[in-house]
Amino acid sequence: MAKQSRRNFLKTAAFIGTAATGLSSKTKAAPKNILSNDRMGTLIDTTACIGCRKCEWACRKAHDLPAGLIEDYDDRSVFNKMRRPDAKALTIVNEYKNDKPEGFPIDVKFQCMHCDHPACVSACIVGAFSKQENGAIIWDTKKCIGCRYCMIACPFQIPGFEFDKPFWADIKKCDFCFERTKSGKLPACAEICPTEAITYGSREDLVKAAHQKIKLYPDRYVNHVYGEYEVGGTSWIYLAGKDFNQIGFPKLGNEPAPGVSEAIQHGVFSYFLPPIALYAILGGVMWINKNRKNNDHDTEI
Amino acid sequence: MEEWKPTQMKKKFFTTTMIVVSLLALNGLIFLGVRFIFGIGSISNIDNQYPWGLFKGLLVAAGVALAAGGFTTAAVGHIIHQDKFHSITRPAILLAVIGYTFAGTSVMIDLGRPLFIWHPIVMWNGSSVLFEVGICVMIYLTVLCIEFLPVVTERFIGRVNFPGKLKKINNITDKLLRILDKFLAKTMFIYIIAGVVLSCLHQSSLGTLMVIAGPKMHPLWQTPILPLLFLLSAITVGLPMVILISIICSKSFGIKPDMEALSELGSMIGPLLAMYLAFKIGDMMLRQTFVYLSTFNAASILFVLEILIGTVIPLRLFLSRQVLKSPVGLAIASGFVIVGTFMYRMNNFLVAYTPPYHFNTYFPAIGEFAVTIGFICLQIFLFRLAITIFPVISIPEASAVKTKYSIRSTVK
Repeated sequence: MAKQSRRNFLKTAAFIGTAATGLSSKTKAAPKNILSNDRMGTLIDTTACIGCRKCEWACRKAHDLPAGLIEDYDDRSVFNKMRRPDAKALTIVNEYKNDKPEGFPIDVKFQCMHCDHPACVSACIVGAFSKQENGAIIWDTKKCIGCRYCMIACPFQIPGFEFDKPFWADIKKCDFCFERTKSGKLPACAEICPTEAITYGSREDLVKAAHQKIKLYPDRYVNHVYGEYEVGGTSWIYLAGKDFNQIGFPKLGNEPAPGVSEAIQHGVFSYFLPPIALYAILGGVMWINKNRKNNDHDTEI
Repeated sequence: MEEWKPTQMKKKFFTTTMIVVSLLALNGLIFLGVRFIFGIGSISNIDNQYPWGLFKGLLVAAGVALAAGGFTTAAVGHIIHQDKFHSITRPAILLAVIGYTFAGTSVMIDLGRPLFIWHPIVMWNGSSVLFEVGICVMIYLTVLCIEFLPVVTERFIGRVNFPGKLKKINNITDKLLRILDKFLAKTMFIYIIAGVVLSCLHQSSLGTLMVIAGPKMHPLWQTPILPLLFLLSAITVGLPMVILISIICSKSFGIKPDMEALSELGSMIGPLLAMYLAFKIGDMMLRQTFVYLSTFNAASILFVLEILIGTVIPLRLFLSRQVLKSPVGLAIASGFVIVGTFMYRMNNFLVAYTPPYHFNTYFPAIGEFAVTIGFICLQIFLFRLAITIFPVISIPEASAVKTKYSIRSTVK
């Protein structure tokens, strides 16, 4: 008991310290306990991607979104404009210029990164987002209230929202083909990719494989596996031949995406102690002041 | 010393101003109808890049801040126990009831699945800041309604008069009201303290909301002490809001404002503003974000304006004796603080937010302005309606009876 309250006190003190000095304390996002060592991941080799956009078509097909004809995806004029995933396209491919004179343009597929310490899961007001054991972050339509706080929180700006629906708007994002992988199938994009730019497997193995590739072909790749450490690690990791910040990846630190937000939150609510303490203090002040008033009144009479 | 007694206001309801206010409110409601047919995207400029717009920034965040008058006056009037502020507690609580109701309604219109607004009550996520804000606001709104109940019982005790067949239940209703009134008198202190605690919690958590946005937020505003700054600015803006409302009401109904109480309240605002300013500037110095002020852009200009209008100018005004003594001076100085707080909330939620990928910048659409103005007008409308129905505004009276809590008055 004594130990417990001392810990609470220290936590509170730590929070006040954090708040007062503006120093950030390191924190782990909530679902660290369910991260299994053999969780799955995907390695995307952007140097192998040819920008055929078959993954976009397969993704739409797998998620019952209007996909159109697969032939239409050969149209490369869409690359003139930068695109982002939204409620109608959970993954998209963008094209960037290659600096190397002999190089082809660099095509990069974007989708949810499935962070190991996800900000969306931490932020969601009703806990509609959840990190699954296999690494996927999925979204529960039965819980979501459509507040869009996940979109504020996501460091990769991924969740898309149906702004045209008045009552039952959905948040949509890549779900790591949760239903498909459950029945032993590959994610739709990995299955269709003709150049094997998308490799699905255990995240641990993929990280090793990525470093092996860099070691074997140091001229082909920059020495950086994007997503290995970014925001505390992501399930989807990337290899590229050009600095990641020049091909559309945000520059992020290695701290988990929820940042100090959870530390502050848990500090204020550690066992409800600070609110109860505040209640008690205010009650005491009220009682003292009232008694003093009454006493003054008595002496006046 | 004069005694102040809460009384119903009896004056023509639809003055010219009120007609304009009603029309603007109606206009907002029409746009709101469009939202419920074609979706939130049809009346607003929010999209996947800027998921939160004017509704969240102004109607919810600024609305909640401006309704903070309810808990600051409760703290000053009851917890620090200053009898002289009793004339302003009722308007402050009414202001908070209406303010929080509309903050809740604004959340609802902004939600993508408005019918699931009750979900946080049963589906908990302890690490979510928004969850805490939501729950606290819900509980606090309930507490506010309880705090306002004595005004309702006072209005109807001895005056219950159902027409026709319902006449039979007149007596029993009256009795029930009296029991309720007695119960409230005994337990009111619980709700008053709870209200202050809940307010401190969610006002600060409103600040924590944007901490998770991390590098998306402009460094001028993104700081780990956001919750502290939000709490301080909410406490600071609560009193000016009550002062402004009191002065406007007395002007509108031609009664003398309780200058003794208002001046005293005003004299508290100066130190509060100074404290807020110290934290704001201190934070800027510690994190050395002043370097961003050397670049001349919307963010730096708005940051400077926010501090000047919301803190520096009113700080000077509230430190002046002449301002504290004159109703007009107080109203102007309070107006500065209120506008400044508006700006802080807007800057924090809209200006500071820059997503990593964006093709355009956010500026509110006509529909968002219409609904926002409409909602503000609707609140003014309801406030005026409420003070004509219930005894809220105090007028000077020679022989008022002292009561335990000023939220309550005596039952005759």
